[in-house]
Amino acid sequence: MADENWKPKIIAIICNWCSYAGADLAGGARIQYPPDIRAIRVMCTGRIDPLFILKAFQDGADGVLVSGCHFGDCHYLEGNFKAAKRMFLLKSVLKNIGLDDKRLRMTFVSASEGAKWGSVMEDVVKTINELGPSPLKEFAR
Amino acid sequence: MAEVKKNEEPRIGVFVCHCGTNIAGSIDVKAVMEYARTLPNVAIADDYQYMCSTPGQNKIAEAIAEQKLTGVVVAACSPRLHEPTFRNATKAGGLNPFRFEMANIREQNSWVHMHQPEEATAKAKDAVRIAVAKASLLEDLVPKSVPVEKAAMVVGGGVGGMQAALDLANAGIKTYLVEKSPTIGGRMSQLDKTFPTLDCSQCILTPKMVDVYRNEGIELLTYTEVEQVEGYIGNFDVTLRKKARGVITPAEAEARGIVGGGCTGCGDCVDVCPVIKPNPFELGMAPRKAIYIYHPQVSPLIFTVDFDACVKCGLCVEACGEKKAVDLEMKDELMTVKVGTVVLALGYDIFPIEKKFEWGYKNYDNVITSLEFERLICASGPTGGHLIRPSDGETPKRVAFVLCAGSRDSTGVGKPYCSRFCCMYSLKHAHQIIEKIPGVVPYIFYMDIRSFGKMYEEFYYRIQDEGAKFIRGRVANILEDPVTKNLHVNAEDTLLGRPIDMEVDLVVLAAAIQPSAETEKTRRLFGVSCSQDGWLLEAHPKLNPCGTTTAGVYLAGVCQGPKDIPDTVAQAEGAASAASIPIHRGEVELEPYFAQCMEEKCAGCGLCVNQCPYGALALVEKDGRTVMQVTEAKCKGCGTCGGFCPGGAIWMQHFATPQIVAQIDAFLLGGEQ
Repeated sequence: MADENWKPKIIAIICNWCSYAGADLAGGARIQYPPDIRAIRVMCTGRIDPLFILKAFQDGADGVLVSGCHFGDCHYLEGNFKAAKRMFLLKSVLKNIGLDDKRLRMTFVSASEGAKWGSVMEDVVKTINELGPSPLKEFAR
Repeated sequence: MAEVKKNEEPRIGVFVCHCGTNIAGSIDVKAVMEYARTLPNVAIADDYQYMCSTPGQNKIAEAIAEQKLTGVVVAACSPRLHEPTFRNATKAGGLNPFRFEMANIREQNSWVHMHQPEEATAKAKDAVRIAVAKASLLEDLVPKSVPVEKAAMVVGGGVGGMQAALDLANAGIKTYLVEKSPTIGGRMSQLDKTFPTLDCSQCILTPKMVDVYRNEGIELLTYTEVEQVEGYIGNFDVTLRKKARGVITPAEAEARGIVGGGCTGCGDCVDVCPVIKPNPFELGMAPRKAIYIYHPQVSPLIFTVDFDACVKCGLCVEACGEKKAVDLEMKDELMTVKVGTVVLALGYDIFPIEKKFEWGYKNYDNVITSLEFERLICASGPTGGHLIRPSDGETPKRVAFVLCAGSRDSTGVGKPYCSRFCCMYSLKHAHQIIEKIPGVVPYIFYMDIRSFGKMYEEFYYRIQDEGAKFIRGRVANILEDPVTKNLHVNAEDTLLGRPIDMEVDLVVLAAAIQPSAETEKTRRLFGVSCSQDGWLLEAHPKLNPCGTTTAGVYLAGVCQGPKDIPDTVAQAEGAASAASIPIHRGEVELEPYFAQCMEEKCAGCGLCVNQCPYGALALVEKDGRTVMQVTEAKCKGCGTCGGFCPGGAIWMQHFATPQIVAQIDAFLLGGEQ
């Protein structure tokens, strides 16, 4: 890959009730994971407009993680389900524009799954490290 | 309608917290503060040891006044912990509390990157930059107050649910107590004695059952299940299914115009009923008829027809005669009640211990569970209180108690947690057999004896003195002698360091407990989360053990995690108290995270209307065109509509598109590239 000093820029948009709480729990339990991801909190993954994610890629993000509640566990009944459908469609859009759809990931981490949050972080960073810098990076801004 | 205030120059104050060494231990707080000063729109940046302390909060208020701030950012712990604190501090400084944004640099940074100070500091800088970007676009919001229905519901009629219902009703709140089985009483009514006082369980429980039945503030709904839940704190509409009981109460009889009719609990119907079934209350060890009560002390004392077993011969109808209490054509009824708050007291089930096949439960006659032991040793149980070996009816002389049966089990078959009361009831069981059977020897196979409560340790010593034998070791397997039906308990005595093979007459497994069968369905109806083992998740394990993440829904008893009777009752009183607060206040404030329609952008396509799970959106005609309108009281603020609107016409308060995009841009385009 291009730059040896390259560090992935990964953005996570996560729901307040499950994944954000799970991430907090990981902190309480002092579960250590790679520091390459920045989280933005929304109340529900249903809030996530696919354009937010396209904007992130346009801005040069190497990866985007969307994380919500497990199906059936959504604080707002079905927001996570709607988000999952949108992410599924968005992945095919990414493929069409020539971006590896592995750069977008949706996971389901509950408020009690601190350890799982840690392994999701590991896994996402590993995936993005393997993919290398986003080809859109040079067009950013 | 909300709009971005374009003419306002943002002036943001950033405050970075050391949190002792919690944050400062791995993040260079000074560097983060200095960095914040270089960010656009930042008027002042400061750091402090403990931002949540009074001096820390005063810093915020003072800076708002001095610097004429338009927004506040605190980089500290999780907003789930201290957002309310700092919102109040922002308010105290004279700013709208929703002009506050938090950067989480503890739970999601310093604590999870403890050995990477450089990376952690860089991440904290990014977090502050992202928060400042959002704070620059925050707007004044006003929470919405809604009235609270002066009624509560308690789901589950065990000792916890009964206590919560009594407390609520005695506080002057109309309370619906919903119980799925035909009687209240729950697990506690199946127990013989309670530890460590050796009170008779039924004797201390039945006065409470009578209190509940007689309390005018409680509407007791037995044989009833929760079918559907709508609404939010203060205004829950709960649909209940009153299952067809086949028998009517005197009150129902009066409503039907039958004078002096309805079930009096005489039992004439039982005598003639030809169908015999195992009684689940006695764990199948005693029979019942198709028309039945669980036990003599049921409350309410009304018989129930088991329609799965009933052959509709009509003999019970004849036997009931003029009282006309039996109605074999009865159907389930749905009813909806409106309540302000809800207490869940869903209880527990016994873990199916036959899954631990090495102990032979359900394979060997003389291996029983401790709940079966409770029924066998209970004077009102199937054997009149005589403990017998199920294989031959003989009185056992050597009884092995296997503790942690399925609890503290990391094999994946059982449960990883401690079920918390098995040690104590097994000690009680040992005492009971020593009391009742001369010459009996109880052998207690244990890992650790956890006698943590008041007078519990003393009780443990007492049982040691009474002659119970304690063997520290987990039971590897149990084998049955096919002729005598005696059992060989194989274990390692870890104190003596040698294997033992002990022949006993009866084995009692102190089986683990698990959430009751209804817990999963019920929690989903009320939107309550659960932990990995299925127990319901409290809002905070230490500081809010009765609350849940759904406002207005509270937890009592074992459904939140294993606990004994004193702890269950204590938590039930706590939950009742918490559930009564919004009702007594009369109104609650809802966070103003409402969707708003930006009418000039709205094309009136209506796609958002179907996205809303709460029916809060509708299309209306306004000034000659169709636009969407939000009913704020119904909107819960998920933003699913805002994530879908093709025209970007929905302004999601506090999570508006420009605010989120600003966060994304701030992370990816701001800072060092």
